[in-house]
Amino acid sequence: MSASTTNLTGPTGPKPKSGVTVASFFVYGTLFIMALYYLAPLYVMITTSLKTMPEIRQGDVFALPRDITFQPWFDAWRSENTGAVSRGLSDGFWNSVTITIPSVILSISIASVNGYALANWPFKGATVFFTILIFGAFIPYQLMLYPIVILLKNIGLYGDLGGLIIVHTIFGMPILTLLFRNYFSTLPSELFSAARIDGAGFWGIFFRVMLPMSVPIVVVAVILQITGIWNDFLFGVVYARSETWPMTVQLNNIVNSTFGEKEYNVNMAATILTGLVPLTVYLVSGKLFVRGIAAGAVKG
Amino acid sequence: MNIENPSVSIKQLDLSFGAVNVLNGLNLDIAEGEFLVLLGSSGCGKSTLLNCIAGLLEPTDGQIHIKGKNVTWAEPSERGIGMVFQSYALYPQMTVRGNLSFGLKNARVPKPEIEKRVARAAEVLQIEALLDRKPAALSGGQRQRVAIGRALVRDVDVFLFDEPLSNLDAKLRADLRVELKRLHNQLQNTMIYVTHDQVEAMTLANRIAIMKDGNIMQLGTPDEIYNQPQNLYVADFIGSPSMNFLNGTLENGTFACRDLTLPMSGYAFAAPQVADDAAVIGIRPEHIITGELVAGAPVKTQVLIDLVEPMGSDTLVYAQVDGKPFRIRMDGQARVAMGETLDIGIDPARASLFDQNTEARL
Ligand SMILES: Nc1ncnc2c1ncn2[C@@H]1O[C@H](COP(=O)(O)OP(=O)(O)O)[C@@H](O)[C@H]1O
Ligand SMILES: [Mg+2]
Repeated sequence: MSASTTNLTGPTGPKPKSGVTVASFFVYGTLFIMALYYLAPLYVMITTSLKTMPEIRQGDVFALPRDITFQPWFDAWRSENTGAVSRGLSDGFWNSVTITIPSVILSISIASVNGYALANWPFKGATVFFTILIFGAFIPYQLMLYPIVILLKNIGLYGDLGGLIIVHTIFGMPILTLLFRNYFSTLPSELFSAARIDGAGFWGIFFRVMLPMSVPIVVVAVILQITGIWNDFLFGVVYARSETWPMTVQLNNIVNSTFGEKEYNVNMAATILTGLVPLTVYLVSGKLFVRGIAAGAVKG
Repeated sequence: MNIENPSVSIKQLDLSFGAVNVLNGLNLDIAEGEFLVLLGSSGCGKSTLLNCIAGLLEPTDGQIHIKGKNVTWAEPSERGIGMVFQSYALYPQMTVRGNLSFGLKNARVPKPEIEKRVARAAEVLQIEALLDRKPAALSGGQRQRVAIGRALVRDVDVFLFDEPLSNLDAKLRADLRVELKRLHNQLQNTMIYVTHDQVEAMTLANRIAIMKDGNIMQLGTPDEIYNQPQNLYVADFIGSPSMNFLNGTLENGTFACRDLTLPMSGYAFAAPQVADDAAVIGIRPEHIITGELVAGAPVKTQVLIDLVEPMGSDTLVYAQVDGKPFRIRMDGQARVAMGETLDIGIDPARASLFDQNTEARL
């Protein structure tokens, strides 16, 4: 082999990248339009929430605010001017927090154990149990609204935050159990066998082997539950009293208030405030969420 | 062959998954300190049998005894077994040290004792430098060493291996195979080893059990399996390239097919009296005599060379006899070419005869 250099003709080395092609033009064009479509309402909401009412009355919804004011945000958070029943969002916020945190922890704790048992410890009637559970995921909530009212009344939790926590935990069970069962089924069964030979029991395997490998799916479950429970309106309206209303119900009362003039700036600020929690959760955990969804979706 | 005080004894074991019977009344005794290989093609029930021994699968019927104790209903951890899996099955969130000590912690072994045993296993397997790494930071060969170490620290009587080398590349597989053999010589434990690789089986085993559809087709030493296959299946399964088979008839102690007549006088028949019947003769490619030795061979013939595969250490020649493909293994230095005729010799004493109907050895 000689180290001589010859002049090669024809295509050599890396293929040159072509510039803008028709295909890439359409792809990026479409993406750009879609982005505008989703960003426009957000733009309107944010600008409107920073305007004063006189400025809003003048008309142009797409104009930037002339005199930026944060008063609507304070009014939305704690104000008395939104009607007889509403007292701003702050109480609703704390109610929502008190409902969401225990519901998320409780439902995920129970569902992860359920899913683990279903995936790894075959027991008599496991398939029947699983079928019922799947079926439960498809029953419309409306069917069970009233029976649950009676149930909660009987155990004295109707209107209480505790009642709402129980309801959210139960309604989260089918989908979460399915999620965890499918995830645990994708983990190699030999790992489970190895742990059994190593003398670990039901809980030992769960806490020492399975759970440490479940971070992605736990993240998915936490996000699903936080957003689902935070955004819930139906259960909040039906099972809570005015003191225990979650933030979404409070928001509805503010926005749909029939007293006086519609305060668009306060409405916009209140809406953004209510959506802030799920939005933050998405932004913080976006990458983990995608990874977890991909991991859980491999096998059914 | 009867084994006194077997280390592992499987008695009339049945296992079915619903309507599918994987194992049917399987009996197997494994001697103390024996290296037994379960060999068979994929799906024949090797792993199922191993999992039954380990207690990971509940048998549908039958018993399993380990060290004279009936462990049929015992938990896997109570059976005195360690197991190594094809996929290593290391706990990904624990360090190597954590992996090795997990079983001991579960058994509440005192800490100093755990440290001692982990250190010893690490030394035997030469993984001392890896103890604080996570499995993800190890190569395949290192992972499998750790997996073996996990069985080693538990001081068990019986090691179970389920295709432990199948995920490794060819070179590593050969290295680790030798290491496993050394380990067995050193520890003298009973080892039951599942594989579909006949080289692993032949090199490692004291005895091989060849399985097909959940039945043991032959149980014997590698030498017996190779030289006296008890049926056509085993004969065909063992050996690479596989045995040449010719259909013909056996009459008055002479096998005859269209192209060949082989007097079987030097052949050790399984039964003293053999009735005349349709038979199959099996001749291993490496038992066919070529070159200068052909002159002294009991039976001589000529074949036309179809194809030559030089492999360095030896050369494979493809030809036809009796209208069927016929493989001949020659020395690597043999100079032969396609289209030539080749003189070959056959020694019937080294061949295997089978009944065409029962497929059993004659
Ligand atoms: N959990 C199971 N359910 C149903 N059939 C199974 C199960 N596990 C194994 N089998 C079947 O049992 C047979 C033997 O499998 P296995 O013991 O894994 O074979 P191998 O010899 O390749 O290790 C195969 O036909 C397989 O399809
Ligand atoms: Mg297998």
